[in-house]
Amino acid sequence: MDWVFLSELAINGALTGLLYSLFAIGLVLIYKASSVPNLAQGGLTMVGAYVVLALARDVGLPLWLAIPLAAVVMFGLGFGIERVALRRLAGRPVVMILMLTLGLDIFLRGTTLAIWGGTSRSMELGVSYDPLFLGDIFISRIHLVGAGVALALFVAFMLFFRTRTGIKLRAIADDYMASWSVGIAVERGVGLSWALASVVAVAAGVIWGEIQGVDQALSLLLLKGLTVAVLGGLDSILGAVIAGIILGVVENVGADFLDPLVGGGSRELIVAAVLILTVMIRPHGLFGRHDIERV
Amino acid sequence: MFYRLSGVHHANYVSDSRIFKLPADRNLTAFIFLIGLAAPFIIPSLYLNSYMLPWLIWTAAALGLNLVTGWAGQLHLGYAAVMAVGAYSSIHAARFGVPWEFALIIGGLTSSVIGSLFAFAALRVKGLYLALTTLAMQFVMDWVLTHSPAISGGSHASLQSPTLALLGQEITTDTGFYYVAFGWCVLVTIFMLNLKRTGLGRALVAVREKDFAAAILGVNSFYYKILAFATSSFIAGVSGALLVATFFFLAAPEQFSVAVSIQVLAMVIVGGLGSIIGSYFGVALILLVPGIVNGLVVTLSDGLGTQIDVETLAHIPNAVYGALIVIILLIEPLGLGKLYGNIRDYLMVWPFDQFKK
Repeated sequence: MDWVFLSELAINGALTGLLYSLFAIGLVLIYKASSVPNLAQGGLTMVGAYVVLALARDVGLPLWLAIPLAAVVMFGLGFGIERVALRRLAGRPVVMILMLTLGLDIFLRGTTLAIWGGTSRSMELGVSYDPLFLGDIFISRIHLVGAGVALALFVAFMLFFRTRTGIKLRAIADDYMASWSVGIAVERGVGLSWALASVVAVAAGVIWGEIQGVDQALSLLLLKGLTVAVLGGLDSILGAVIAGIILGVVENVGADFLDPLVGGGSRELIVAAVLILTVMIRPHGLFGRHDIERV
Repeated sequence: MFYRLSGVHHANYVSDSRIFKLPADRNLTAFIFLIGLAAPFIIPSLYLNSYMLPWLIWTAAALGLNLVTGWAGQLHLGYAAVMAVGAYSSIHAARFGVPWEFALIIGGLTSSVIGSLFAFAALRVKGLYLALTTLAMQFVMDWVLTHSPAISGGSHASLQSPTLALLGQEITTDTGFYYVAFGWCVLVTIFMLNLKRTGLGRALVAVREKDFAAAILGVNSFYYKILAFATSSFIAGVSGALLVATFFFLAAPEQFSVAVSIQVLAMVIVGGLGSIIGSYFGVALILLVPGIVNGLVVTLSDGLGTQIDVETLAHIPNAVYGALIVIILLIEPLGLGKLYGNIRDYLMVWPFDQFKK
């Protein structure tokens, strides 16, 4: 057993896992406020990355300006999606809401590709590709930056949920009927959660776009993001961060053991297995509320 | 107007449990059935083969999913994987030399067995969590399919389907393929029409509405959930096998990917949960409209003298497909079947007041 190699796998896995958390935080924000599983988060992430590139390349803004501007645009888009689509299906069975978000995902992907084309673009954040050595352990710089962004967002949301608006969102998440009766604008709160999730999607889109190129594959993060969100408990941001690290480590180390046995490509299998096992054994995840309806 | 009725009034239970409660419905169905029979002689073979045939087979498949999602209320995002099981096992059986009639049944039964695995997830959780589990199972099945050359057919990951032969007749013409698809779709439709008149159908609806209330009434929900998954998987398996045997002629893993699972679910939900006529509408809309819209865009841009990028054109059908799902759900969450029902109820007593049940 090569401990240096194993710890390198584990550390890089944890960093990748934090990038999954970055994606999953968006899912958790929306689920927390409205119990809507947002299967369009992959599409939103893709749109976020493309909007940043459109502002940077086609308009010619510098990246440090393009990213906040894209965040503003996406904030509006998220608000709009909730206002136009989700609000009208509030209170409907979950199957219709699932289908609506799936339809949105397909629509966002199709529209983005119809406008900007399907060829992969690069983000060019300017992070060096030189390896970073920690003792004998090799670490990718961009993963480190992304993990930092994920943790920063986590801290930011933790602080945000202590502000007046954040407390309102928590009240909505807890019991929207009760929030309604004390005069909280529930609809606006839910809209805000969509807007914030769209802003998170910009962050995820930029980091993942830098790692794997800006193309359709960005929306394939959905399965990993969902697994992280479910493992973390679907309505807990802390859960999403911790579950991200766990999934990243399990995936990276597990794939190293399994790949030689099955001939490669076992990552997807591990992620799907983690999702199935979580739902079967502990559907409310690590930190979720225990009121999930079981059969 | 067409119905010449003042409402539906039943005087006894026999009339209440008929398949067609109105003569007009029965006549309409008979008329459409006759058109379906005569279609090869009316419709040019290009349209018959590229529109009618996939429409009928996908409708049969969508009705199978409707059984489990619409009737039994269990979300299923891994339906394409179950179709793949049926397709691959029938084609392997047929290549092995088993007659096609048995190969199709073998495909259906294998699908039933594998599809019942999905039911074990349904025994533990429901709603969103069931959807996520079946989605994950679809990924696992995809992975198994693409990573086992013995199943998917060697390095090119495609498997040639042998010539379809039923009742000793080799089927090679477009008309022949069409009648196979038509026959299968009619069989599934008759089964589904009768389902709501049987104890099984009522038990499934009871499980969907509230499983513990069903349990109190003596309906064993575990048993009926497994039965629903097994039956729908059988339909899925045979539909998948027929799809490859009469339409694709080559089985490849991409034909049964996650996107296809989502597409079948979209057909069912856009059509209307638990609605049979709705499944026909839903499949037609999801399968045909994106292509038609793309054709319109091309004609329009040619007419205006503007050039549209090839890549843009390639992605417009996808955008339209997504938009269709969203728009239909926003207009009528209960789907096209419900829209049809509304129009029918209105016309039933037209020009008098709204139809009251």
